[in-house]
Amino acid sequence: MPTKIEKDTLSGRDTTGHDWDGVKELNTPLPTWWVYTFYATIVFAVVYSALYPAWPWVNSHTTGWLGYSSRVELTQELEAQAKARAVFVDRIRATPLAGIAKDPELFRFALAGGRSAFQTNCLQCHGAGGAGSTGFPNLVDDDWLWGGNLQQIYTTIEHGIRNADDKSRQSLMPRFGADGLLTGAQIAAVTDYVLSLSGKATATPEGAAIFREQCAACHQADGKGNQELGAPNLADGLWLYGGDRESVYRSTFYARNGSMPAWSGRLDEATMKMLAIYVHALGGGR
Amino acid sequence: MFLRHETIEKNVILMVVLTLITVSIGGIVQIIPLFTIESTIERIDGVRPYSPLEVLGRNIYIREGCYTCHSQQIRPFKDEVERYGPYSLAAESMYDKPFQWGSKRTGPDLSRVGGRYSNDWHVAHLVSPRAVVPESIMPAYPALATRRLDYADVARHLQALHAVGVPYSDAMIANARADLATQANPDADPTALLERYPRAVVGKFDSQSEAITEMDALVAYLQMLGTLVRFSDLPPERLRQ
Repeated sequence: MPTKIEKDTLSGRDTTGHDWDGVKELNTPLPTWWVYTFYATIVFAVVYSALYPAWPWVNSHTTGWLGYSSRVELTQELEAQAKARAVFVDRIRATPLAGIAKDPELFRFALAGGRSAFQTNCLQCHGAGGAGSTGFPNLVDDDWLWGGNLQQIYTTIEHGIRNADDKSRQSLMPRFGADGLLTGAQIAAVTDYVLSLSGKATATPEGAAIFREQCAACHQADGKGNQELGAPNLADGLWLYGGDRESVYRSTFYARNGSMPAWSGRLDEATMKMLAIYVHALGGGR
Repeated sequence: MFLRHETIEKNVILMVVLTLITVSIGGIVQIIPLFTIESTIERIDGVRPYSPLEVLGRNIYIREGCYTCHSQQIRPFKDEVERYGPYSLAAESMYDKPFQWGSKRTGPDLSRVGGRYSNDWHVAHLVSPRAVVPESIMPAYPALATRRLDYADVARHLQALHAVGVPYSDAMIANARADLATQANPDADPTALLERYPRAVVGKFDSQSEAITEMDALVAYLQMLGTLVRFSDLPPERLRQ
């Protein structure tokens, strides 16, 4: 292969000197801007790997002159944020729940903080507006399972309901049908009695007698419930698991023992206090 | 000159040698970091292999493609830590084969979803997401609640994971079926199960059915995600790699 570099007459550039049966190849260099950009990226890579963590060693890696670590940076950001919020958060921690509601400035901060914590942690079950859904309590009305004053709401948030937390709210409704405590006919009779409390059915004496023996211990003789035990009010026409005959029958047959997680391990004290203030202010707080 | 274009092109052996050198540089750059992996995983307590029920739940998670919309990696950014909890550690997914970090968040990150909601919520939400979260665009998975969990071969799943490096002991593999049934039965004695798999969540996850369903397995898996490491008793300096 003859290697004779010559000048191409049309383009004015050199050829590579390769010649394949009379076909020649122009030797066009890369554009200058491209070549220098390429060199610049190499320089950048060298500088970068000196400044930031880059090269692996046998047991660790270079940490870089800047000593940068995203985990350290995050810690600093969170500390700065906590410092900026401390002016209010410290006061919220130091003020009892009732006191927060009396201080307009603190109350406004607690409402806003509670709202954002609610949107992150609570709305999945209780709904964006707090109206809940079947099986997940409505926080907007004034029907409370475990009590609706500030302290009771706070305790429920802190320890949750029927979970593994040592201080979680505990109670257990028996599975009257599934465990054979009552027959189907007896459950039907007591269902009618329960519905009659809110005027939706006609009670029989048998239903009333079963209610007195089996249900009144927790739900009280008048069916108005007991918040110490989380036993709901059956006479107010508000139903967590549905108020039609079929749903009440199912609730009695299989029992309902709703559960709520404890938040004390996930949220700090100030956040839980702000949540309690927010939930209390949704409309139903006592 | 030795490295002239023309010399290389005309000398096959030299070209092969130089090609090998070039390619192996690329290979070494990719392989060497794997040798240092021991030093990049934090040494922390609490992370254990998945229990048999959780393994099958995880298989359902993969089968249904949950990873296409849900990530399992909280990055060390303020907004993520505020929303999801402590950032994910490498150690937390060291027994994930394959890992479920994901790269897309159509739905929220799930790496710390464990214990965040009740079992009833998970069941209601998987059967019909919009029944509990009206704004949700997640597909419904009602079939999970009616399909019985096929766990006859669960020990072989554990064996397969053991073959790729998950430290399942012989006792874990031998008791796989019994452990699975125990974890889904709140009336059984969970002592042996909890000894093998500390902090496993025991219960009938789907209270609507008597048999062990795929829903039980998936909810058992979701309820343990991100719960193994107790960050309250982990000093931050131990998290620096």
